[in-house]
Amino acid sequence: MYETNFHSVSSPQEAEAILATATDAKILAGGQTLIPTMKQRLAAPSDVIDLSRAEGLRGVTITKRKVMGVIKADGGETVTIGAMTTHAEVAANAELAEVFPAMCRLAGNIGDPAVRHRGTIGGSVANNDPAADYPAALLALAATIHTNKREIAASDYFQGMFETALQEGEIITAVSFQAPAAGGYGKFPNPASRYAMAGVFVARSKDGAVRVAVTGAGENGVFRHAGLEAALTADYSANAVDGVEVSAEGLMSDLHGTAAYRANLIKVMAKRALA
Amino acid sequence: MKIAMTVNGKSVSRDVPDNTLLVEYIRDHLRLTGTHVGCDTSQCGACVVHVDGRAMKSCTMLAASASGAQVTTVEGLATSKDELHPMQVAFKENHGLQCGFCTPGMIMTATDMVARYQGQGKELTEEAIRHELEGNICRCTGYHNIVKSIVDGASKMTTA
Repeated sequence: MYETNFHSVSSPQEAEAILATATDAKILAGGQTLIPTMKQRLAAPSDVIDLSRAEGLRGVTITKRKVMGVIKADGGETVTIGAMTTHAEVAANAELAEVFPAMCRLAGNIGDPAVRHRGTIGGSVANNDPAADYPAALLALAATIHTNKREIAASDYFQGMFETALQEGEIITAVSFQAPAAGGYGKFPNPASRYAMAGVFVARSKDGAVRVAVTGAGENGVFRHAGLEAALTADYSANAVDGVEVSAEGLMSDLHGTAAYRANLIKVMAKRALA
Repeated sequence: MKIAMTVNGKSVSRDVPDNTLLVEYIRDHLRLTGTHVGCDTSQCGACVVHVDGRAMKSCTMLAASASGAQVTTVEGLATSKDELHPMQVAFKENHGLQCGFCTPGMIMTATDMVARYQGQGKELTEEAIRHELEGNICRCTGYHNIVKSIVDGASKMTTA
């Protein structure tokens, strides 16, 4: 690993100040991608800014919709997850399990236990690995990414492989979404890396809109699948997936599988997401 | 930079470069060589230690990030020099190792998973153990005896 200057900050504002003055500073969240990348000398930030002690970035909050100060019984919960919340914390959150257990299951199947104890949702979303799990969930849930500067809709945020709408000096502080009426995630992990070869997140919002997002398979990162969305809007069931044409165009071909193989995996994973 | 933490119940402090990994701090600076490095890609889990009670890969975090933390390595599991931790006893009795290189990481992962499952009141089945061992690679045993050891170690930890 190349030399670097380590900073531990107590707030995103403090991190912002360092980002503004250092030559090439990087934010360190859980570090489960950044540290291995630095070890391989594929990244050489002049400064590393550790957010693990920053206040207010950790935890899951669920707020119920209120009308005239009265909590509505029809649900309408908003889930907010702090950027520095670890995968293990999301997986084990009892309140989240009550309103949307699929998110807990997704978090509980990222990497391995040691990675889940350290890796964070903010780090995953900032990195936008084309085979990461959270981007599919956030896109399918029409989530909002909160930063120190603004709020960004997931559909504007994820811009391709490792590409996001984040600008210089921008730090993710939380993500939030409306708990859907139904939803699930099917992932076929690569047997060696455990990253998704195809991961499909299906969500039906409380107003009936169905969104389907695919990770791991696209040549350009996470994407929504219009054909699956149309079929599942008409009939929200695994059987509805059968009639959908999933094209291999734009999908990845590598030593692990061809684009046609991944196209088939998308259908199989969509069914598992609905099972 | 000066980095202080508690390792196996003892306060330690060393002046190390900012880019020092936690595993380098433990092995090279504290000379606790029970924690191993088996790969360069964060996959093998031979370096697993407990940081503030949670299993983490010490090769995939900076020592500076663990500043002020309570760290337990395999050397700190047993409560005395004469008596092994129940999980260590289980690995010994069930032939849960051959070359032994992955064993420190296996044992630290095992004690973490047992504590977590028992804490949540969940049953640690053989299937769950195999899933929980996702991040620990053994190249000799074929895992069978490791799983057996953890089943045994878990029951020993309950009765201990």
